[in-house]
Amino acid sequence: MRVYAVVAAGGFRRYATYRIETAAGVFTNTVFGFILAYTYRALWDERPHLGGYDMPQALTFVWLGQALLMTCVMMGGGFEDELIERIRTGDIAVDLYRPVDLQLWWLAQDLGRAAFHLLGRGIVPMVFGALAFDLALPGSPGPWLAFLVAVALGVVVSFAIRYLVALSAFWLMDGAGAAQIAFLAGLFFTGMLLPLSLFPGLLGEVARVLPWSALLQLPADVFLGKHTGWGLVRVYAFQASWAAVLLLLGRLVQSAATRRVVVQGG
Amino acid sequence: MAEAAEAAVPPAPVTAYEPRSRLVEGVRAYGLIVAMWLRSTMAYRASFLMTAFGNFVATAFDFVTILLMFAHVDALGGYTLPEIALLYGASGTAFGLADLLMGSMDRLGRRVRDGTLDTLLVRPVPVLAQVAADRFALRRLGRVTQGLLVLGYGLVAADIDWTAVKVPVLPLMLLSGSVIFGSLFVAGGAFQFVAQDASQVQNSFTYGGNTLLQYPPTVFAQDLVRGVTFVVPLAFVNWLPALYLLDRPLPLGLPDGVAFLPPVVAAVCASAAGLAWRRGLRSYRSTGS
Repeated sequence: MRVYAVVAAGGFRRYATYRIETAAGVFTNTVFGFILAYTYRALWDERPHLGGYDMPQALTFVWLGQALLMTCVMMGGGFEDELIERIRTGDIAVDLYRPVDLQLWWLAQDLGRAAFHLLGRGIVPMVFGALAFDLALPGSPGPWLAFLVAVALGVVVSFAIRYLVALSAFWLMDGAGAAQIAFLAGLFFTGMLLPLSLFPGLLGEVARVLPWSALLQLPADVFLGKHTGWGLVRVYAFQASWAAVLLLLGRLVQSAATRRVVVQGG
Repeated sequence: MAEAAEAAVPPAPVTAYEPRSRLVEGVRAYGLIVAMWLRSTMAYRASFLMTAFGNFVATAFDFVTILLMFAHVDALGGYTLPEIALLYGASGTAFGLADLLMGSMDRLGRRVRDGTLDTLLVRPVPVLAQVAADRFALRRLGRVTQGLLVLGYGLVAADIDWTAVKVPVLPLMLLSGSVIFGSLFVAGGAFQFVAQDASQVQNSFTYGGNTLLQYPPTVFAQDLVRGVTFVVPLAFVNWLPALYLLDRPLPLGLPDGVAFLPPVVAAVCASAAGLAWRRGLRSYRSTGS
C-alpha cells in the first residue's frame, strides 16, 4: 500500500508544479463561473424554485461545477492521454512488467491529482463566487465532510470511466475518438451544463442513473443538504456501485488487453 | 501596328526577388501552410468527418442548454428563444470563423516552452502567419456550421422588420465580429510570449466571450456590460448590431448609430493586436532547448 501512497503524493506534487497554469485555470473557472451564474440568475428570476433549487442553491450549483470541473475531470484530458500515448508507442509493455498493479497505480496518481485540483482550482473560484453572489454554503462541518466523501467517490467513478477510455486504445490505437465521446457524455450528463433535475422526462430519468451523475450532480446535492441520513447512504451506495462496476470492467478489459500485448510481442 | 508598338517597349527588368508587402507575404504563406494541413487532414477523410461532427456536437451543447432552459421559461432576460438564437448564431459564427482561421494561436505557449518557436523564427515567412496556420484544423468548420444554422433559425423565427439600412448590418456584423475575435486570438498569442502557461487566460476571453455573447446583455450586471463595450469591445461582435436589427434598445442607453460601428471597432482591434504581437515577438527570448 505504501507504494500507492507515494504515487498519489507524486501525482499531487506533479500538478502543484504548474503554478502559472493553475493561476490561469483559476482565472478561467472564475470567468466562466460569473457568466454562468448570471444566466442562472436570469433563469431562476423567471422561475423561482426551478428543479427544486432556490436562487442561492442554483448559484451554488454553478460555482460547485467550476470548483469540481478539474477535480472530477468533467471535460476529459488527464492521465488517460498519457496512458493512451504509452499504449500507442508500446511503452505500456514496460509498465506491465513493473511489480505494481497498473490500474491501482494510475488510480493512486489520479487521486493525488484530484486532491491538488480540489485545493488549487476549487477553493479560489468558490471564494470569488461567494463574494459576488449570495450562495447557500453549509453552516456546519457535517455537510462539508459529507460533500468531500461524495467528491472522492465521484473522482473514482471519473477515473474508472477514463481508464476504460484509455484501454480502448489497445484496439483502436488512436484514442481520440473514444476520448471525444467520453468528453461529450461527461459534459452533458454530469450536470455541468444544467442541473440534471432540469432535464425533462425520460432524458432526465436516464441522465440521473448514468455514472456521470456521480461526478457533479450528486456531490452538489449533498453539499446543498438534499441528501441526509439514509438518503446520504443511498447516494454513497450509488456512487460506490458505479465505481465498483466500472473498475471491475476496467480489470477485465485490462486482462484481455494484456493478452493482446503478449500476442503482439510488445 | 499594335504589335510593333508593343515590341518597341523594352521588357521590364526581371529582378530575382520582388519585395512584396508584409501583408501579402503573410497571407500567401498562411495559404500555403493551410493547404499543406488540408492535404494531411484529407488523407484520413473518415477521421476528419468524425472530428468535424464531434466539433459540431460539442458546440451544439450550449444551444441545447438554452433549449433546455426554454423548456421551463418563455423568456430569458426579457428575450425570446428566436431572439437569443440570433445573438447566439451571430456570435457563434463570428467566433467560429476566427477560431477556424486563428484558433491555433493558443498553441503558441507550448512552442515557447519547448523551444520549437525558434524554427519558425528562422524561416523567411512572417511568424504570425506560421503560428496562425499551424495545425490548421478544418474540423472547426463544425463550429461555424452550427453557428450558421442557429443564426438562420434566429433570422427566420425572430420578428425582424427589415429595412434597406438593416440589410448590410448583418454581413458587417459577422465579418467585424470575426475580426474582433481574431484580434483577441492574436493579442492572446502576444500575451503568451510573456506568460507561457497561460493559454487558459486567452481562452477565457475568446471562449468565455463567446459564451457571454450568447445571452442578451440584460442578463448581466451593468458594469460587466460596460466592460465588454468599452474595455474589451466584445459587445460590437453581436450585441449592438443584433439588438438594432431586432429594434431593441441598445444597452447602456447607446444610440442606434452605434450599431454601424463594428467595422471601425474591428479595424482598431486588429491594429492594437498587431502592435501587441510585434511587442510580444520582440520580447521573446529562446529557452535554448
